[in-house]
Amino acid sequence: MARAVTPRRKALNTVAAWSVALIIFFPVLWMILTSFKTEPSAVAMPPQLFSADWTLENYSEVWARSDYPRFFWNSVVISVGSTLLGLAIAIPAAWSMAFVPGKRTKDLLMWMLSTKMMPAVAVLIPMYLIFQRTGLFDTKTGLVLALMLMNLPIIVWMLYTYFKEIPGEILEASRMDGASLWKEIVYVLTPMAVPGIASTMLLNVILAWNEAFWTITLTTTKAAPLSAFIASFSSPQGLFYGKLSAASTMAIAPILILGWFSQKQLVRGLTFGAVK
Amino acid sequence: MTLTMRALLGATAVCALASGAMAQTTITVATVNNGDMVRMQGLMDDFNTKHPDIKVEWVTLEENVLRQNVTTDIATGGGQYDVMTIGTYEVPIWGKQGWLVSLNDLPAEYDVDDLLPAIRGGLTVDGNLMAAPFYGESSMVMYRKDLMEAAGMTMPDAPTWADIEKAAAAMTNKDAEQYGVCLRGKAGWGENMAFLTAMSNSFGARWFDENWVPQFDQPEWKATLDFYLNLMTNYGPPGASNNGFNENLTLFNQGKCGMWIDATVAASFVTGKDSTVADKVGFALAPDNGLGKRGNWLWAWSLAIPTSSKNQEAAKTFIDWATNKDYLALVASKEGWANVPPGTRTSLYSNEEYAKVPFAKMTLDSINSADPTAPTVKPVPYVGVQFVAIPEFQGLGTSVGELFSAALAGQSTGDEALAAAQTLVTDEMTSAGYIK
Amino acid sequence: MSTQSTRLASRIMVAPSVIVLFIWMIVPLAMTLYFSFRIYRLLSPDRTGWVGFANYTWFFKSPEFWLAISNTLALVLGVLIITVVLGTLIALLIDQPVKGQGVLRILVIAPFFVMPPVAAMIWDNLFMHPQNGLLGAVSRAFGAEPILYMEQYPMASIITIVAWEWLPFATLILLTAMQSLSSEQLEAAEMDGASALNRFRYIIFPHLTRAITVVILIETIFLLGIFGEIFTATQGGPGSASTTLPYMIFKQAIVAKDIGRAAAGGIIAVILANIVAFFLMRSIGKNLDA
Repeated sequence: MARAVTPRRKALNTVAAWSVALIIFFPVLWMILTSFKTEPSAVAMPPQLFSADWTLENYSEVWARSDYPRFFWNSVVISVGSTLLGLAIAIPAAWSMAFVPGKRTKDLLMWMLSTKMMPAVAVLIPMYLIFQRTGLFDTKTGLVLALMLMNLPIIVWMLYTYFKEIPGEILEASRMDGASLWKEIVYVLTPMAVPGIASTMLLNVILAWNEAFWTITLTTTKAAPLSAFIASFSSPQGLFYGKLSAASTMAIAPILILGWFSQKQLVRGLTFGAVK
Repeated sequence: MTLTMRALLGATAVCALASGAMAQTTITVATVNNGDMVRMQGLMDDFNTKHPDIKVEWVTLEENVLRQNVTTDIATGGGQYDVMTIGTYEVPIWGKQGWLVSLNDLPAEYDVDDLLPAIRGGLTVDGNLMAAPFYGESSMVMYRKDLMEAAGMTMPDAPTWADIEKAAAAMTNKDAEQYGVCLRGKAGWGENMAFLTAMSNSFGARWFDENWVPQFDQPEWKATLDFYLNLMTNYGPPGASNNGFNENLTLFNQGKCGMWIDATVAASFVTGKDSTVADKVGFALAPDNGLGKRGNWLWAWSLAIPTSSKNQEAAKTFIDWATNKDYLALVASKEGWANVPPGTRTSLYSNEEYAKVPFAKMTLDSINSADPTAPTVKPVPYVGVQFVAIPEFQGLGTSVGELFSAALAGQSTGDEALAAAQTLVTDEMTSAGYIK
Repeated sequence: MSTQSTRLASRIMVAPSVIVLFIWMIVPLAMTLYFSFRIYRLLSPDRTGWVGFANYTWFFKSPEFWLAISNTLALVLGVLIITVVLGTLIALLIDQPVKGQGVLRILVIAPFFVMPPVAAMIWDNLFMHPQNGLLGAVSRAFGAEPILYMEQYPMASIITIVAWEWLPFATLILLTAMQSLSSEQLEAAEMDGASALNRFRYIIFPHLTRAITVVILIETIFLLGIFGEIFTATQGGPGSASTTLPYMIFKQAIVAKDIGRAAAGGIIAVILANIVAFFLMRSIGKNLDA
């Protein structure tokens, strides 16, 4: 499968790719390192690496100070829930747009994206009032719905592009065989679409996980996710970079691990799909 | 047999009654994530033992987010919170709107007369106490005793701005990244404008005259801004237009600032374990210019109950617990006197143990020398030392703060910034109906 | 070739998305439109009434407005160029067989996992601050004065931060697209002696156009609304140097609590976003047809 490459070229590629990756990753790495330093060491100049005061105190303090598991669980429910619900609504739509395109399909797609054009702060009060009056305020249901709707255009778009990659001939062939619409979707399209769906899923879980305006504005205690957890550690009076870094590391660790696993899934799906 | 039966039944009944009375009221408390507030959450065992029938849910957020959430809630009558942490800016405005529950009926043991008069005055609207102060702060000069000594100088307890300039010049050594003075430059009504408005009071400047006409075209404001820009350009750190409280605290703790004029609450940080200069810090009152007013502000983070709360009695019980004398004693016994929330009660400052805390006296003197009802030399139509307690001020203060921050960054001159501020504030005050 | 019944089926399949999105859009939009013609200040509930277009004219008259528009466009364009160009290069690089590919990909995608407010705070304080930041220390190690990023190059600094956040998104989409390219085709071209540049130009790039289009469209929509990073890093300053339209609206809605003006700003932003989207669709929309 893999293209034949000389060991020399592979070594060169490896060095180049790792250098680039480390540069991009460096700020995150620095944040993780900072999370293990004492506050004075975190802001010391010149920056300390080997001479730093290493400690786990930031983590124990962050853990003791707030109910991390609850914030974490809310984040999981909200991001996974909104993504799954979004996929359930978006897959049929993207499928029919990709394979039964009408004259208006592109306009419709564009219109969907345009629902995201209103700056969040401009609709703060309208949203607040809607959530208050409908009893959705500070509920996980409310946030699942809100984030689903916020990301639905993105889900449809991404699925649409991935579906478009699937060659039409395969559909023709299956139709010739007299496969029903349903069978066509389940047995022909879905296996080919798995990588696209997986990558859409991953991206949307991340987008929902990181959403830090509505998730803080529309919750108080019961449904507050990790974004609110972060907001309780950012810029208080006093030195706080170590604790903020620790809290941030705790907030990204789960999704980083999820990304790690789904990346493997993704690669497997891709190689599977590539064997035509 | 029957007797036992009866006894059993009786016991069950008592149990049922007891558990009925035990039905918990849950109150939601919104707080800012500052050290004193976080400490309170760690001491909740005491509250829970005393009041098992009240369960407290916390919403802890950083200041800007907290303010945004509680303001939206109270202005739309949301009723999501039972206790809100708000400042001396919000209390008069919200109180006047009838959004807050009066705290006049707190129990006698609360001893409302023990509250520091300056703080209590700022939280009282039409004779009603609208919020209970959790901690109060003013601003003062924090300086490096060792650097002053090396320069052969001493800092007076009540310095003038000329003293500050002289000291800053003597302590600056830019090659060694040693800056004479660090001041706020970051734009915002609660950032650079809190400092500059308080400073302007000591220069005799005011935001508005008695007819709400903006005063940025007056010589007092020019003197204030010119002095500030000159001080910061010559003796301040580069890039100061982006430094707020936290950035300056970091710089001071690293030993890069000779002086820092900021919140009294910073005293416990610069003398604390995170500071590299902890044993070298001295304190002085905020500077003056011989006009009878000092450049220090007054702020109190306070607990208030919105009228939209459905659990006002439980909320009152909580506020009583969190702000009475017993709470101060509780913190002292668990965390030491230096960690007691400062600046709210006279009795704290007459306590001999507390007097040993190095910054105690200076904090009290600073708070006492600020008067929100007469903040500056000339009369003003507003309340507030480093702010103007009108709803429009957050927007105005931030816009003016941007202009002054741009002047500090060298994008415009002080005169241009003042002229732009005058135009901007005049327009806004006219459209808001203050200027007829 | 599609029959009447497939058409009907396809309509039914699209309907749920369209209906929910329509409701989601129209209710807040209608309320915003209503507020935009009224005096509505959160802290002065006693002052109400219709004001005509006053909230709109306030924006157009504001000395910040045109600067904010050009800053918004600079932010969108700057980030788009950086993320698409670097994203393509990085995707090409990590699509090659290299050691530790799995870990490598996670490292590249990692910035996307950091919440925007935290990303801005890390860059502002731990990297770009002249005295406390790592970059300042690097400057000094080379004997130079630290660069005052947020004071002298505020827009460029913000663009860097936002581009760092969005680079993984572009990389991920482009990488996924690249992997659906058949390797036989590339190998054949290589055998025929096509240079790496030509292989990219004639085989890989045409294959990527749709993915690039999607990256551009989706990123544009997100970037047009960015305000949090600006608030954390520069407060829109110094002065108005890094104020964008969403940040202007943020100041009205959150700081000044003037909901009427914020609503007018929102409507202006929607109109401008539609104009941008219209031109985008005209220039690159054709790439979406396969």
